[in-house]
Amino acid sequence: MSDSPLKTTPLTDAHRAAGARMVEFGGYDMPVQYADGVLKEHLWTRSHCGLFDVSHMGPSFLRLKAPSGDAKADHAAVCALLEPIVCGDLRGLRRGQLRYTLLLNQHGGIIDDLMVGRPVLDDRQGMLQIIVNAGTKEGDFSRIAAAAGDGAELIRADDRGLIAVQGPEAAAVTAAIIPEAADLSFMTLTPAEYEGERIVISRSGYTGEDGYEILIRPDNARKLWARLLEDERTRPIGLGARDSLRLEAGLPLYGHDLDETISPVEANLEFALSKRRREAGDFPGAARAQGELAGKLNRRRVGLRVLEGAPAREGAELVDPKGVVVGRVTSGGFSPSLGAPIAMGYVPPALAEPGAALGVIVRGKRQAAEVTAMPFVPHRYHRKSA
Amino acid sequence: MRFTKDHEWVDADGDVATLGITAYAAEQLGDVVFIELPSVGKTLKAGDAFAVVESVKAASDVYAPISGEVVEVNAELPDAPETVNAMPEKDGWFAKVKLSNPAELDALMDRAAYEQFLSTL
Repeated sequence: MSDSPLKTTPLTDAHRAAGARMVEFGGYDMPVQYADGVLKEHLWTRSHCGLFDVSHMGPSFLRLKAPSGDAKADHAAVCALLEPIVCGDLRGLRRGQLRYTLLLNQHGGIIDDLMVGRPVLDDRQGMLQIIVNAGTKEGDFSRIAAAAGDGAELIRADDRGLIAVQGPEAAAVTAAIIPEAADLSFMTLTPAEYEGERIVISRSGYTGEDGYEILIRPDNARKLWARLLEDERTRPIGLGARDSLRLEAGLPLYGHDLDETISPVEANLEFALSKRRREAGDFPGAARAQGELAGKLNRRRVGLRVLEGAPAREGAELVDPKGVVVGRVTSGGFSPSLGAPIAMGYVPPALAEPGAALGVIVRGKRQAAEVTAMPFVPHRYHRKSA
Repeated sequence: MRFTKDHEWVDADGDVATLGITAYAAEQLGDVVFIELPSVGKTLKAGDAFAVVESVKAASDVYAPISGEVVEVNAELPDAPETVNAMPEKDGWFAKVKLSNPAELDALMDRAAYEQFLSTL
């Protein structure tokens, strides 16, 4: 164990005052649950509006050192620095667009999953907003800074507050305070003003619900958190429910469902291999990805319904009908929305189709499980109709 | 009723004792969503894991406070695990055990001692 004290977020005191149970996560002192408990917090988010402190994550900005002032050229220039270490088409981002992408090692293994956004304003076109995971951020930031070299500087913003507002009532709750929220569609961002500060709000999140993520300075983060909680539709939600919500949404969690040995195709994330990058084959591990897409695939991330018995947790072995171990559960638990155990894990492609019968070993006993399409609970993202 | 430092309770009536988890344990676990009970006839040794309770987040072992043979389990519990949160020290009981060494009870805490112990946590 490390002797260094846990890091705090701008909202740590608010969590303690609200009676949250605190745990260490990614080096931070974080609320795992509040008085309601994981089950009620989960269901509240699915039916109303949940408020999440995700300030432990790693927001940052990559900014050209010598922008030309030509918006298109500057955007292309900053993307040219980051693209070599990720698999997404960043150059193709429209102003205000946000994209989920993957940081890859030379073998095409996933170092982290991250969100990259292109700013809206003219004076920020040589800049990208990058948000990485808490547990991996030091390494990620080093890699990104190294890739940027002398061309751009990486400005950390992880001392700020990052607040996620999620759920079917998130739009109404948020737009009442930040009017700009109403006009955003899923995976877009915009600058907005709160208490005189220029904040960044995006329509995004990791629960499968409609909602927002708001990057804001610490003092205003505390004000906004309290203000959002004044709305009776809103409750604070801990990391416990954040985990069960993202599991139901079929979204992988880095360090559990993704690691440096796993490729984007194995992880069932080939949507993150942007068309332009795939055709150019210019991302780390491109040859591996192309082979895997052509059928040379060893394993695939799948969703599982556990049909009997106890929830299958991370590490549980998956067996084929003959009892041969074919893979492992990487995330698993009880789905509050379905009232049944669900899991994610890796299995050979031949067993990866929905309906494939598997067994999962829990405390030495074989329980029936079945591969199922993800998400387990339908996404309810707000996409503007074209 | 007697208590362990692992937050189980045992309530002896003659040579048969009822086992469960304490209100403190239930509160710490949060909403219980799954329970695995031992089979009737199973022999328990004090300190052995004899049941599992699971919340949304995690699985936790429940340890036998005393030794003996399981003579009955709370058959309604697996279908209504929320009873453990609602009435942990009553309807949320886990199993009844025929004691093989009733003297083990003397080593456990009474309620006053258990409450004193909780105040130190």
